[in-house]
Amino acid sequence: MVGEEGDTIASALHAAGVRTLTTSLKYESPRGFFCGIGKCSSCLMRVNGIPNVRTCIAPLKEGISVEMQDKLGLLPEAAFFGEPTKTLHVDVLVVGAGPAGLCAALESAKQGASVLLVDENQCVGGQLIKQTHKFFGSKQERAGTRGIDIAKELETDVWNLQKQGKIQVMADSTVIGYYESDKKHRFGVVQRCEYQSILYDVRCDTAILACGAMENMLLFPGNDLPGVYGAGAVQTLMNVYGVKPGDRVLMVGAGNVGLIVSYQLLQAGIEVDRVVEAAPVIGGYNVHAAKLRRCGVPIMTSHSIKEVCGKDKVEAAVVVRLDENWKPIKDSEEYIKCDTICLAVGLTPSTRLLSQIGVQYEFIPEAGGYVAVHDDTMQTSVKGIYVAGDASGIEEASTAMIEGKIAGLAAAIQLRRSKNKKLLKQYREELSTLRAGPFGEKPRIAKQKIAKMKEKHHASV
Amino acid sequence: MHQYEKTGVLSAKDLPVPSEKQLQKGVAILECVQEIPCNPCVESCPVHAISMKDINAPPVNDFEKCIGCTKCVGVCPGLAIFVVKVTGKKALVTLPYEFVPIPRVGDSVKALDRTGAVRSNALVKKVIKLGKTMVITIEIDSHLAMDIRNIRV
Repeated sequence: MVGEEGDTIASALHAAGVRTLTTSLKYESPRGFFCGIGKCSSCLMRVNGIPNVRTCIAPLKEGISVEMQDKLGLLPEAAFFGEPTKTLHVDVLVVGAGPAGLCAALESAKQGASVLLVDENQCVGGQLIKQTHKFFGSKQERAGTRGIDIAKELETDVWNLQKQGKIQVMADSTVIGYYESDKKHRFGVVQRCEYQSILYDVRCDTAILACGAMENMLLFPGNDLPGVYGAGAVQTLMNVYGVKPGDRVLMVGAGNVGLIVSYQLLQAGIEVDRVVEAAPVIGGYNVHAAKLRRCGVPIMTSHSIKEVCGKDKVEAAVVVRLDENWKPIKDSEEYIKCDTICLAVGLTPSTRLLSQIGVQYEFIPEAGGYVAVHDDTMQTSVKGIYVAGDASGIEEASTAMIEGKIAGLAAAIQLRRSKNKKLLKQYREELSTLRAGPFGEKPRIAKQKIAKMKEKHHASV
Repeated sequence: MHQYEKTGVLSAKDLPVPSEKQLQKGVAILECVQEIPCNPCVESCPVHAISMKDINAPPVNDFEKCIGCTKCVGVCPGLAIFVVKVTGKKALVTLPYEFVPIPRVGDSVKALDRTGAVRSNALVKKVIKLGKTMVITIEIDSHLAMDIRNIRV
């Protein structure tokens, strides 16, 4: 099989028409990928004999062997790690090179701290690299600039600091765990190099976890058929790899993600049959909804997906109207022919590493799920462990960037590399301005709850 | 609750309507009615006609000050600004466009309203490239001036 330079295994397979990557563990039902960004487990395949490779983020290389694996996948006899562990000492470890992580790394490095920036993908930028639309916000904070261009600007800044030896970037690498250590924080990091892994023992005084979030799944029959994707996965396929996810899409969810991705599908020449939204009102900005409507795409509020039909792939979907109690109305079903279902039904913060570290951890619905309790410098209950961006509560890229700056600066202050508390205050003010409107209500409530829990925790210690 | 929160489509009653005289001069219609944190239109206006109480407030265009220069059209991240100029039975509508193929001056295209319905044909009068956003001016019949908000090439 032939693919393009820069493809992942899954994007190359998709371009070649292969949508089934694995089967369900219990049954024989086929499965394709869902999240497209290395957060779920529906694209695991055996690559060069190694099972459980996330093919959605694994780079395509010449001569590799890719096979469907038998259920859980048995480990081969051969050892994975060819080389001995390397130890790295840094001031700040930043996990995740999306908007929050990039800004955190830049801020810490500018203050003179040595920074190691680790990301699972082949390139930095996180979800910014697939945001082809112009961002909102204040003109000073890059409003009007497309996400992909913001990623390029931040990447250039990072490379410049890397040349000066202030930041070390480790792409295609995963932080696999946190380990006990006397003085410093200690993390295991695996760097993948041409399918040969190198294990690093990273010792740091502070770590900023900007691990992002993952797309939510929705329960309905047929939700595991290849062709049911998270909205972010569809965006990744078309905007990063230039692969059409399908020809006719049903979008589920009319928040900003659903509306924006629908519009980008139209821009890619893909038909969007309609957008269904279970809530009685459109959740995203009216300007995004209006763009879609004037292209002729219906947005149906109080409607949801009932089931997806198809043998080995999506062939059609049934949508249903909901009453005021969000219950399906009898005989309101409508059968829609489509080959792709796109789920844009919210995100859940990625916090597994945080929970392994053992930070204080609470369920906050407005933040999208379990999040680490943190103070206004983004520091968690464990000294030196910071959090930023969607991992600290689901919000926008614009606010993630400012949270990253706050965490990066606060870490530098803790390390005595900076004393600039005035700048910290300025960043906090920028953050509250962006959250002041009605669309900032949810994150505002989430952050208030987190602050309250922080106080409670302090009082009890 | 506003109807547009359900449908995504704004109607005339959701927007300030310029006078006939103002329309003849040509003014920007800001179809941005919600409180979202965004301000590039304010910064783009050369005559300071667009203002905002704070970054979350919806922008307000002073139709008297507005010169219809179309600078704000390609700047708005929400693609929500349109310039309308009425001259007798014809009207010029300037709108943002982010699709391929890009129409050329002199092309005849379909004129669509806020629901995507084709309402008439339109003649492309001007195409300006602002980054990756095209700012396109079309000519339509004047009675459709406040309805046409998109084109299909």
